[in-house]
Amino acid sequence: MKIAIASGKGGTGKTTLSTNLSVFLSETEKVVLVDLDVEEPNSGLFIQGKLLSEHIQYKEIPEWVQEACTLCGECQDVCNFNAVIQLGDSIMVFPELCHSCHACSGLCPVGALPMKPKEIGLIRKYKYNNLDFVESRLNIGEEQSTQLIANTNHFTDENYNNDYIKLFDSPPGTSCPVIEATKGVDYVVLITEPTPFGLHDLKLAVDTMRDLNKKFGVVINRYGIGNDDVIGYCEEENISILARIPNRRDIAELYSRGELLYDKVPEFGSEIISLWNNIRKEVEAE
Amino acid sequence: MKEIVVISGKGGTGKTSITASFSVLAGRDAILADCDVDAADMHLLLEPDFANPGDFYSGEVSEIIEDKCTQCGECMKVCHFDAISLIDAKHRIDPVSCEGCGYCTHVCPENAIISRELNVGKCFVSSVKTGTKMVHARLGVAADNSGKLVAKVKNEAKELAVKLGKKYVLVDGSPGIGCPVTSSLTGADFVVLVTEPSVSGVHDLKRLYELVKKFRIPAGCIINKADLNSKTSQSIIDYLKEENILYLGSYKYDLAFTRAMTEGKTIVEWDGANSISLSIKESWEKIKESLL
Ligand code: SF4
Ligand code: SF4
Ligand code: SF4
Ligand code: SF4
Repeated sequence: MKIAIASGKGGTGKTTLSTNLSVFLSETEKVVLVDLDVEEPNSGLFIQGKLLSEHIQYKEIPEWVQEACTLCGECQDVCNFNAVIQLGDSIMVFPELCHSCHACSGLCPVGALPMKPKEIGLIRKYKYNNLDFVESRLNIGEEQSTQLIANTNHFTDENYNNDYIKLFDSPPGTSCPVIEATKGVDYVVLITEPTPFGLHDLKLAVDTMRDLNKKFGVVINRYGIGNDDVIGYCEEENISILARIPNRRDIAELYSRGELLYDKVPEFGSEIISLWNNIRKEVEAE
Repeated sequence: MKEIVVISGKGGTGKTSITASFSVLAGRDAILADCDVDAADMHLLLEPDFANPGDFYSGEVSEIIEDKCTQCGECMKVCHFDAISLIDAKHRIDPVSCEGCGYCTHVCPENAIISRELNVGKCFVSSVKTGTKMVHARLGVAADNSGKLVAKVKNEAKELAVKLGKKYVLVDGSPGIGCPVTSSLTGADFVVLVTEPSVSGVHDLKRLYELVKKFRIPAGCIINKADLNSKTSQSIIDYLKEENILYLGSYKYDLAFTRAMTEGKTIVEWDGANSISLSIKESWEKIKESLL
C-alpha cells in the first residue's frame, strides 16, 4: 500500500504526521517512510536512524564536444528551455535549466552533444528500530526537484517490495513536484489547519487531487485554533476528516526539540491510531 | 526604490502574516508582490480587488493529430518522460506527464504533433486596503510553477514601483530552495528570513541562507515563536552573529496571530499594542534603517 502525506503549503505538520505514523506502524508492520520533500527533507531530524547506504543521484545533461561541432545551431533551435545557447563560436549548456529531454543530443546531426551524468542530489537509506527510512535531498542551487523525486520513487520500488506499507512525505504545494510525488499512490492524506490560510490552501490541494483522480482525506492539525470553516467545507464537499490533532503547547515544544509525539502525548497518539484505521477503511472501500 | 523579500524555507513560520503586517506599516510607500504563488495567501489579509487579470502562459504541451498519425512509433521512442503510450493501437500523449520539450514534434515524419502553450494561471494588479497596489497570481491546478510566474509577478511590481515613485517593493517570497525562490531572490536589496526555534526551523534556515549567500544579498532574521524553545532561539542568535545576519527580533508564541487572521486582519491592525505588534514595528524600523 502506498500513502502520500501532502499539504497545500508547508509547515502544516506534514513531517510530524509522517514520522509519527510511520514509527507507530513499524511496531507491528513492515513500513518504509520516504521523504520526498527533497528541497527541505526534515523527516531525518525526527528519526535519527542508522545510515545503511548512500546513493548519489544524477540527471543527464548534454556536454559539448567542440571538435565535432559544425555550429549549425540546431541544438539551440530545438531546446524549449533555453538551456543550450550558441554564443559566437561556442555552445554553452546551462545545467540548471536543462530538463534532460535529450532533444538537442539526439537531433545534433554530428553527435556533438552526448548526454553525461551530473550530480543533483543524494538518496540515503536508514534503519530506525523496525522502520526503513529513505531520505532524498536536492543539492543547493539545483532547480529541478521533479527529476530527483522520480528517481527516488524508482529507487523505492526497486528496494522495497509490495509487502511494505510505503509512506511518502510529499513536497508542499500543488505544482509539478507534488504531482510526481503522488503519481503511483493509493491514497493521499492532506493536512491543513483550521484557519483562513489553511482553508484556502486546502481547497487548492483538493482541486489538484480531484484533477489527478486521487482518493484522499483530510487531517486537521492544530485543531481548536481558528474557526470551523474547514470542517464545514469538508462536510459540504463530502471529504472524510481522518483525524483532528489538538493544538497544544506541549506538542509544539516537543516538536521544536525534534521529538516524536505519539508515545508521549496520549491525545496525539489516539489520533494517529484513528488516522490509520480511517486510511485503511478508505483504501479498502470499493 | 528598494526591494525587500521575505522568505522562510518551509511554511508555517508566520512568514505571510509578518509580510502582510509590514505591508500595513509601509502603507502607501510600498508596492506589494505575492510571490508565494503556490500558497498565495496574502490576499486573505489585504482585501485586493482582483483587478486587471491577465492570463499567464508558461511552457508547452504536445498533442497528436489523430488524422495525420500513421502510428509509426517514432515519437514514443524519443520521449524521455514516458508521456507517449500506445492505447488501443493509437499513440497518445498524456498531458500531465508531457514535459513540453518538443522532441517528439521534431522526429514525427508526418508532422502530426503540435504543441500549444499552456495557460498556467492568472496574474492580477489589485488595489488593496492599505491604499497601494499588490501584484499577485493564482496558479492553475497542477500547473508547473517553474519560477517564471514568480519572476513575472515581481517584475510587474517593480515596474509599478518605479512608475509610481514608491520607496519599496515588499515581496512575500516563495518556499523551498528551488527555482521559484531563486526567482524571488533575484535583484533583491534585502532579505528577511523568518524562522522558528525548532530543529527543522534551524535546519531550513541554514540551508536557505546557503542559497542567499550565493546572491550576496544582505539579510536579517526574525525568530517567531521564540519562547517555544529558548535554548534553540539563543543558538539561532549565535548563528546570526557568526554569519553577519542582522537580528530583527524574537516574537512570542501567541495565538493572537491566528485570531487576527481569522478576522481577515494583520496583527498590527487587530491589536497594535500586542507585544508581537510592537516587535513587528521594531523589526520594520530596523529594516528601513539598514536600507538607508
Ligand atoms: S546541433 Fe550539434 S553541431 Fe549543431 S551547433 Fe549544436 S552541437 Fe554543434
Ligand atoms: S537535453 Fe533538452 S533541455 Fe537539456 S539542453 Fe538539450 S534540449 Fe535543452
Ligand atoms: S513534448 Fe517531450 S515530453 Fe511531451 S510527449 Fe513530446 S517528447 Fe514527450
Ligand atoms: S511519430 Fe508521428 S506519425 Fe509516428 S506515431 Fe508519433 S505522431 Fe504518429
